[in-house]
Parts: sequence; structure tokens; C-alpha cells
Amino acid sequence: MTTTRRRTGGRLPVALVVPAVVGLAFLLVPLVGLLVRAPWGTLPTRLLSPSVGEALRLSLVCASLATVVCLVLGVPLAWLLARGDVPGRGVLRALVTVPLVLPPVVGGVALLFVLGRRGLVGQYLDAWFGVSLPFTTAGVVLAEAFVAMPFLVISVEGALRAADPRYEEAAATLGASRWLAFRRVTLPSILPGVVAGTVLCWARALGEFGATITFAGNFPGETTTMPLAVYLALETDPDAAIVLSVVLLLVSVGVLAALRDRWISGPS
Amino acid sequence: MTLHADLRVTRGAFRLGAELVVQPGEVVALLGPNGAGKSTALRALAGLLPLTGGHIRLGERMWDAPPDVFRPAERRPIGVVFQDYLLFAHLSALENVAFGLRARGVGRAAARAEAARWLDRVGLAAHAKARPRTLSGGQAQRVALARALATGPELLLLDEPLAALDAATRLHVRAELGRHLRDYPGHTLLVTHDPLDAMVLADRLVVLEHGEVVQEGPPTEVARRPRTDYVADLVGLNLYRGTGHGTAVSLDGGGTLTVAAPATGPVHVVFPPNAVSLHPEHPAGSPRNAWRVTVAGIEQHAHTTRVRLDGVPPVLADVTTATVADLRLRPGDELWAAVKATEAHAYPS
Amino acid sequence: MRALALVALVVVAGCGTAEPTTGGQVTVFAAASLTETFTRLGEEFESANPGVDVVVNFGGSSGLAQQIGQGAPADVFASASPANMEQVVDGGGTAAEPVTFARNRLEIAVPAGNPAGITGLADFAHADARIALCAEQVPCGAAAKRAFEAAGVTPRPDTLEQDVKAVLTKVRLGEVDAGLVYRTDVRSAAGRVEGLAFPEADRAVNDYPIAPLAKARNAAGARAFVDFVRSDRGRAVLAEAGFDAP
Repeated sequence: MTTTRRRTGGRLPVALVVPAVVGLAFLLVPLVGLLVRAPWGTLPTRLLSPSVGEALRLSLVCASLATVVCLVLGVPLAWLLARGDVPGRGVLRALVTVPLVLPPVVGGVALLFVLGRRGLVGQYLDAWFGVSLPFTTAGVVLAEAFVAMPFLVISVEGALRAADPRYEEAAATLGASRWLAFRRVTLPSILPGVVAGTVLCWARALGEFGATITFAGNFPGETTTMPLAVYLALETDPDAAIVLSVVLLLVSVGVLAALRDRWISGPS
Repeated sequence: MTLHADLRVTRGAFRLGAELVVQPGEVVALLGPNGAGKSTALRALAGLLPLTGGHIRLGERMWDAPPDVFRPAERRPIGVVFQDYLLFAHLSALENVAFGLRARGVGRAAARAEAARWLDRVGLAAHAKARPRTLSGGQAQRVALARALATGPELLLLDEPLAALDAATRLHVRAELGRHLRDYPGHTLLVTHDPLDAMVLADRLVVLEHGEVVQEGPPTEVARRPRTDYVADLVGLNLYRGTGHGTAVSLDGGGTLTVAAPATGPVHVVFPPNAVSLHPEHPAGSPRNAWRVTVAGIEQHAHTTRVRLDGVPPVLADVTTATVADLRLRPGDELWAAVKATEAHAYPS
Repeated sequence: MRALALVALVVVAGCGTAEPTTGGQVTVFAAASLTETFTRLGEEFESANPGVDVVVNFGGSSGLAQQIGQGAPADVFASASPANMEQVVDGGGTAAEPVTFARNRLEIAVPAGNPAGITGLADFAHADARIALCAEQVPCGAAAKRAFEAAGVTPRPDTLEQDVKAVLTKVRLGEVDAGLVYRTDVRSAAGRVEGLAFPEADRAVNDYPIAPLAKARNAAGARAFVDFVRSDRGRAVLAEAGFDAP
């Protein structure tokens, strides 16, 4: 009796296991290839070179700032999409995901059209305030935020739509304004979704290449983030590119694993 | 100050049109089947749903009068106990109770002190720091009640406040809720589909069917003279107040009933009309309640015949058409009513 | 499973047999700066040789050289730099000695109307001029470096772009006041971008080598296409686009 039951409970369906294992291998084997080909002998000296440190520092700073921008703008946007009585919400929701499907290079060109020196908005920023965003670290942050924000908006909006709006009603009957209800009731209840979105958003910003190089250009110490450094290194020194990639890989896996344990695995 | 509400809400094919008047200190139970419009009425009173017609007025203050006036929920002096309580999971019991005070501008320390007093009143002082999900159903219900009352609302709205509890917990929580409602000076509207809750807790019943009020009045009156089959089925309960001395309960209105489980102190004794059997002579045999009654009225309902009987105590009996014919029942006839002790339940009140 | 089998089949076919005819398909790997000319040359080659299908894969020369090294199915390689061609030759990838078929020289590109009033390489050292150059790792960047060294100018670029087209885009959009690109790029953006020739450009001329590849599936077709590029007709098309003859 017991044996039979145990076996039935433990058997995993082949139709799921086989594709799952293939999928896992598909995702992991390229990483293994990267690690196998890494020039481990010269790794320490390469890692300690100032250009690597500079690119890594810039990447981490820009990705984090971009994530802050995404949080400040993206969480309210997600709320508007999930709870606001705005007309054409479905269309808005679709538009928000445009940066997901847009090739990042095109996103970068679009940013230039708007915020560039001769852009729709940029020309006034330049003329009135003397502010020019392309080729600056601020430009990197903007490009990364543009590409990464949909990840945050989508996961926060999903969390908001899964959250029971009656808690906000309960807060209202206790005298809370919608802002207070959002801050004290809704936000804490969707915190896991916000954290998951933040992590995705940060990871996407960290790996951002196309929009960054198109909008912010590439200048060491100013706008050369790790992915840009990797791309240019590939032209002449593939070993250096692998080293940079391994660094990026280890840093992101480290951060994501730490956050995942703390937040994403959920209450268990 | 009296609450006057002429609740008119049209949503798609559904129409609610119900007038409600609640006096200060009065507990009104809104009773009705699913889809009758109870929740709509409660949401309209709470300000979670605007009326499409009519008005809501407390004393001289207008809360809702389309198209000009609408005071949203956060600006109405109300307290709501929701069916599944909706306690904020990330806040402790104390913070939940303090939430309304904080939202209404009370300082942090004062709000916490007041919240602690309320938790003490509902007997949960020891659980102030507990998260809602660690509380039992009965405890969560009491936190929800404390949270709703802590702001000193003028209108207390209870949405199926006992529905989420298991039968055993329900008895105690119902009795305790009854005590709090008696102490509460404001207006109370209780939405329920449970006739026992309504009859035990409310001063007045309002029965809603298909968005309209079909009957209203004191619980015993509605039970004795149900105007529709639904009301007859629903509130057809024999309900008495009394004092328990073991299995014997002496009723406040006279008479004694023997109940299944021993009880002491003030209780309600309840049994359904179909637990009552009628006999021409004193029934012999098993230990049960039997007393002399006189037929006061006979009403034919969809599936049964309900006989109103005067006696000590008066009682309602549902009998089959065959019994009516056998006994040749007519008003004024003298009979014996009998109820098995196992059918009569005593609840602490 | 069927999809996997298909992938395997394509891979096998890709590494597979050679067809010694002028018919069929000729696969050309060509530098991105040859996009306009080689598209046109491919079409003309097709109409001159009915039944032949020219497929051109454009990309950065270094990336193309790496792909050929990894066994990509190519018949001809046309590179924007001798160094990348050298890479393929060293790997034993060419079927014949590479020959230079065109030269490209750098020009200063400025947005239409030249708003910043750029006159020569010396302006690239001004702090207030917005300058885009190619990164040194890519051929146009290496060429620019040679030109600046010859001119004795230390440029102050605002951005080091990943390829010459990216520099051109920045000039075209007016995001920079000047950039250093190939003359062919200025030609291709005529109207939106103006070109300024400068004397030191002679010191930074880029040779474009071409060679048929050893693993060509269509060796005859590969040779025929290389010959066509070097013919008078081929030179005319290249000259029109702004290339110098070798």
C-alpha cells in the first residue's frame, strides 16, 4: 500500500521532465562554455586592470540609478494601469511593453530623437538649461531605465491585479485616503512583486547594450559600461571580452541569488 | 440622529430599491437570499458604491444624493466588519486596530493606546503583537470588530460577521458580538443570510428579495407572520430567551424547556418548527418537552403548513397536510405540542 | 525532436559537400561598409549569370572573420581591413591569395550646414566641439588614430562608437559637431551630412582585400564573383560609391 502510494506521488511526468532538462541545458551550457574558455591564468591581472574596475563600477552605479528611476516612475504607472479608471487602459498597457519588443538600438535612436541635442525636448533642454543628455552618465541611466522599466511595470502591475482591492476598500472605510491606502496597505502587500520586478529591472539594466551605446555613446569612465566594454573587446581581444563577461556573470548571479533567497522564494 | 436611506442602485439588469431607517442604538438586520442586494446596500451605505438614485442621510448630513452629493467612504463616520475581516496581513493586531485612528489624524502614541484599550475590551490584549494569520477565526473577528469600532463610528456595518467561523466558535462569538452591539450607541446594520444571527442580534429585521424590501419588523413578529415563502422558510424559528439550570431552561416569557446539552445563565433556546409534533393527547413515552397549546392560526406555504400555537410558551409548528387532515386542525382547537430535547439547542446570550 | 533533427540537418548541410559549378548559390561575407556596393554588384552578377543566386552577409569585418574561422558556410570574404583577412589566411581559410580590390579614405563628416564651423582635424582637439570617433578596436578607429598621429593632434572625443555607421548616425542626427568616417559613408548620407577632405587622410587609407574561401561549396562561383568585383564594371560601381581604386 504505502509503497504504491509513494511511487505514484513521486513519479514525474516524462513529458515535462525531458523538455525541462533540455531547457535547463540550453540555458546553462553557453555559460559553461564561457567559463571553460575563460583565460583563468591571466584572469587576476586582467581583473585588476583599472579599465575593468571602471566599467564594472559604472555598470553597477548606472543600473542601480536606472532601477531607482524605474521604481519612482514605474510603480505609480503600474498602479494607474491596474487600478486607475483611465480610458484606453488596454492600449496603454500594450504601449508600456513596447520597449520590450523594440530592438534596443531603435530605442536608443528614439531617445535621441526626443532627448538628443536636436531632439523634440532635448533642443529646449539644451537651449534653456544648457543640459545635454547624450554622451553623459545620465544618458546611460536614461537609456537603461527606458529599456528596463517595462519589466518592473509588468511585474508590479501583475502583483497589483492579483492583490485583493477590497483591502483598499477596508482602508477607505477606516478613513484612509487612496494615497494612504496605497502606501500603508497596498504597497506592503505587493512587496514581493515589487522586489521581483526590481531585480528583473536591475538585471536588464545591467546587461543593457544597444540603447546605451546608441543614446549615450561609449567613452571610458563616462558611458562605457560592462556590456559595451565586452562588445569592443570582442573586436580585438576575445579573451578580455570573456573575462569581462565572466565578471558581469558572477556579479549578477551573486546579487540575484542573494535577493532571491531573501525575497522572491516567497513565504515558505 | 436617525439614519435615513433610500437606496436606489441600478447596475445592468439588477435594481435595488430599498428604504431603511435606523435609530441610534438600534440594530437592524438586513436579511435575504444571495443576490437579493444585501451587499449592494451595504456598499452603498459604506460609500464604496455611489447610489444612482435616492439618498443617504444621517441626521442633517447628506452622505449621498445623486447627482450632486457624494461623500466617499473615507469621509463617512463608519466602521465596517467585512465577511472575511480583511485584516491587513503585514500589520499586527494592534496596528490594525490603530489604523483607522491614524488615518483620521490621531497621533501615533494616542492611537496605539486607544487601540490597546479596544483589544483589551474584546479580550485580546495578549495578542496585540500577533499577525492576523496567526490568530484563530474568532480572534480575527474580534480584531475586525475592534478595528471598526475604534474610530467611534456613527454607523456600524457588519457584513456576514459570523459566516467565516466554525459552528462551535460561532456560538461564543455571536454572544459576545451581541454584548458589544448592546453597548454600542450608534446605528448598526447587520447583513446576513443566517436567520439565527439576525434574530439573536437584531432589534428589527428587514427582509430583502430581488432588490426590494418584502417584510420588516421585530424578529418574533416576522417569524410569526412570514409574508412570503422565503421568509417562512428562513425565519421560521422558535426562539426563546431564558435561564439555564443544567438541561432545564426556564423561559423569560414563562414555561420550561429541556435541552440537549446542559447550560447555565442567560441563553437562547432555538428549534425549528418542523421539530414540533402535535398530538391530541399528552404524548406518552420518551423524555421530551410537551405542553398544552391552542391553535391560533394556520398558514399554507409552498411545501408545508405552518401552525401558530398559543401556550406557555407559544410555538410554531410545521406539519404535513396529512397531519392537518388527521387532526382536523382549526383555530381554537386544543392540542399537545411536543419537542424532543435533542432538537432544542441552547446558546449562551 | 523533429526540430532538433532539422537543426542537425542544417548544420551537416552547412559543413557539407562542395559543388564545382558556376550555378547555384554564391555566399559572400562582406564588410558592413560595402553594403550598398555589394548589394548592387550581387544583383548585376546575378543578371550576368542566369541561375546564380548571390547571398551577401554584411557585418563587422572582425565578426565575419571569426564566423568563417568557426566554419560558417561562406564562399567569398571581402574585408574592410587586411588584419581581419590575415586572420582567415592564417587559419588556412582562403583558397587563393587575397587581393586588394578597393581603398577607402577617411573624411571629416559634419551635419548639413556645418553648424559648428569645423574646418580640419585641429578642431577635433577643442573641448567645446562635440566629437564622435570609432573605437580604436575597430578598423575605422585604428585608421583615425593614424591620421591624428600624422597631424599631431590629440582629439577630445565625446564618444567612441562601435562602428563607422554609428558615428555617421550621430553626425546625421546633429548629436555631434563632427566625426571621422569613410568617404563612402559621407557619400551614402549625401544631403544630411557634409564631407571635408583633409591632407592627413593619405596616411590612413584602408585597403579592402577579397579572397575566395577554401571551404567554399561553390568554388567556381566564388572565383567568378571575385573576378567580377575586380572587373571594370566592379570598379566603376565602387568608384561611384566613393572608393579609390587600388
